[in-house]
Amino acid sequence: MLKINKLYTSIKNKKILKNINLNIKNNEIHILMGPNGSGKSTLSYTITRKPYYNIIKGDIIFNKKKINKLSSDKISKLGIFLSFQNPIEIEGITMLNFLKNLKKNIKYKKILKYSKLLKINLDNLHRFFNLGFSGGEKKKNEILQLLILKPKLIILDEIDSGLDIDTIKIIFNILNYYFLNNKCSILIITHNTNIINYINPNLVHILNKGKIIFSGKKKIINYIEKYGYKFFNKKRICI
Amino acid sequence: MEKIFNKYKKEKYKYGFYTNIKSKTLPLGINSYIIKKISNLKNEPNWMLKIRLKAYKYWKSIRNKYPKWANLKYNKIKFNNISYYSGILNKNNKKIKKTFNKLGVPINNKKISIDYVFDSVSIKTTLNKILKKKGIIFCSISKAIKKYPNLIKKYLGSVVPYNDNFYSALNTSVFSDGSFCYIPKGVKCPIELSTYFRINNGLIGQFERTLIIVNDKGSVSYLEGCTAPIRLKNQLHAAVVELIALKNSYIKYSTIQNWYPGNKNGKGGILNFVTKRGICGKNSKISWIQVETGSSVTWKYPSCILKGDNSIGEFRSISFTKNLQQIDTGSKMIHIGKNTSSLIISKGISANYSKNTYRGLVKIEKNANNSKNYTQCDSMLIGSKSSAYTYPNIISKNKNSIIEHESTISIIEEEKIFYCNQRGLNNEKAMSIIVNGYTYDILNKLPLEFVIEAKDLLNIEIKNSIG
Repeated sequence: MLKINKLYTSIKNKKILKNINLNIKNNEIHILMGPNGSGKSTLSYTITRKPYYNIIKGDIIFNKKKINKLSSDKISKLGIFLSFQNPIEIEGITMLNFLKNLKKNIKYKKILKYSKLLKINLDNLHRFFNLGFSGGEKKKNEILQLLILKPKLIILDEIDSGLDIDTIKIIFNILNYYFLNNKCSILIITHNTNIINYINPNLVHILNKGKIIFSGKKKIINYIEKYGYKFFNKKRICI
Repeated sequence: MEKIFNKYKKEKYKYGFYTNIKSKTLPLGINSYIIKKISNLKNEPNWMLKIRLKAYKYWKSIRNKYPKWANLKYNKIKFNNISYYSGILNKNNKKIKKTFNKLGVPINNKKISIDYVFDSVSIKTTLNKILKKKGIIFCSISKAIKKYPNLIKKYLGSVVPYNDNFYSALNTSVFSDGSFCYIPKGVKCPIELSTYFRINNGLIGQFERTLIIVNDKGSVSYLEGCTAPIRLKNQLHAAVVELIALKNSYIKYSTIQNWYPGNKNGKGGILNFVTKRGICGKNSKISWIQVETGSSVTWKYPSCILKGDNSIGEFRSISFTKNLQQIDTGSKMIHIGKNTSSLIISKGISANYSKNTYRGLVKIEKNANNSKNYTQCDSMLIGSKSSAYTYPNIISKNKNSIIEHESTISIIEEEKIFYCNQRGLNNEKAMSIIVNGYTYDILNKLPLEFVIEAKDLLNIEIKNSIG
């Protein structure tokens, strides 16, 4: 589904990602971990083509189509969804009205159904978009938009940070359900090694200083928990 | 691609067409002969001509001292290159009807009473029967001068005297038409009143005069709309609006100003110099709401004199500038009576190379005990070349009064745009969501019939400022 070849990127002439290679196949779940400032969010912004996240060289290929030069709204239309680490607030437009803008002819009933699934306080639908929402409410709002847009590739940028266990459970139950019932792939960016209690990844990647320094099965998360990222800095190890 | 571009081009200023129609136009220039001629063409009584000539004498004395304090740059206006009157010969000409239909303000409108002003002349005022039943007078000012001389003599120039400023002097000497409204005691006007100003002729300046008087316990909601054809030369528009809210009354005055703003390089467009002021009696309220998107230069400060005790003045404004447009707008709130309160909310949005200025005065006089003012002025910048300025002026001579002032400047956040993009919304849609949200609390105060119109107008502005 998503293939990244020899990707180098920069922001304002500062080189960030170096030689990233990533291949996420259909119906796969990948986890991306790494220390702060290693370039995880940069990768998600580069895939979604955020302005100023320049590609120096390399290709991003989505369903056999090169998307390097597409604008971010076109990328979204292709079916790539990014759940933001810090979703923004917009005054003067209710959450409901914002959601109605996302998809033509979306029915109120459907929005209501999804909201109930996510245990969203229905009053929030009539409040201004994310304005004064708690961290959990904002993240639930992200997933609600995901359900409306029905993307093929889902990138979750720290969906689990700062949330209570109940909210994490609700969110991952729905993500797992969505994953099973739709042809899609998921890339999860997280700091949380407990993540494997909620979702079952096919591959885990470790990003450090703009490079993917290690990729492996689920069990490498145990090593991260035990020894930290330093453990993977030495190239000689093999698990 | 070409097609899309052409479509976009067409949408730029959809009111920019010209109606080819026979009219009587006075020769260029301003002098006492021209003023006599205007008065003569309108069959005015002699006392009106005297007022005009007095104003002209004053204006002549200050002719070279036009105001330069505003944060505006434009070429010196050549007052002798303007025609001060152009009236069509036949008011029943079918072309007029067609023109207003095309402008989206059809003459057979059943919901709102509209006074249609075409160049220098009022064409028609609709729905008069409903108004007559209630004793409401709504007609062109020319008609009012002849029919209700006592009201005109008493109130015209009572809030904005001819010598108030450069443009009020000019307006008083040459004004050609405008609207007059009188709401009698205890009458709440059941429908929206409105005037639509259209400048058609390329050589004229439009000098409109509006006077609204609301008597005890009466109320009215009035809306003003304006457009002009696309031309490469600047055109002058200098209006004076006076509101008189006698005790216990309420006037809501909304403006949707969409004069031709000039082209991308700043050529052409209307120079809009307007004096708007209202006076409040005891327990009365005046509410100004404006959506300013047009004109190449705007100079406008709708104000309230809160003379009566417990009176309330409000000013809400959205000003959107793009390309090389310049707006210098704001409000004056003069607190004279006790327990008076005022509210100023100004939201400026500037795109491209435009300049958006808020200028305000809040003055609390010595005896205005327990008076309150709250001012909020927000500016939003789109792109890195536009600019926003605020010049608040606060004078308080009373110790028991409270003045609050808040102002913010925000750059339209790329984060917000990107977020919307990431949800599949294109730049235009994203901006429209953000700008509509930003102006939401003001748009909501407009009369219901015009909320959608104003929203559409903002959306077109956004489209054009991105293109």
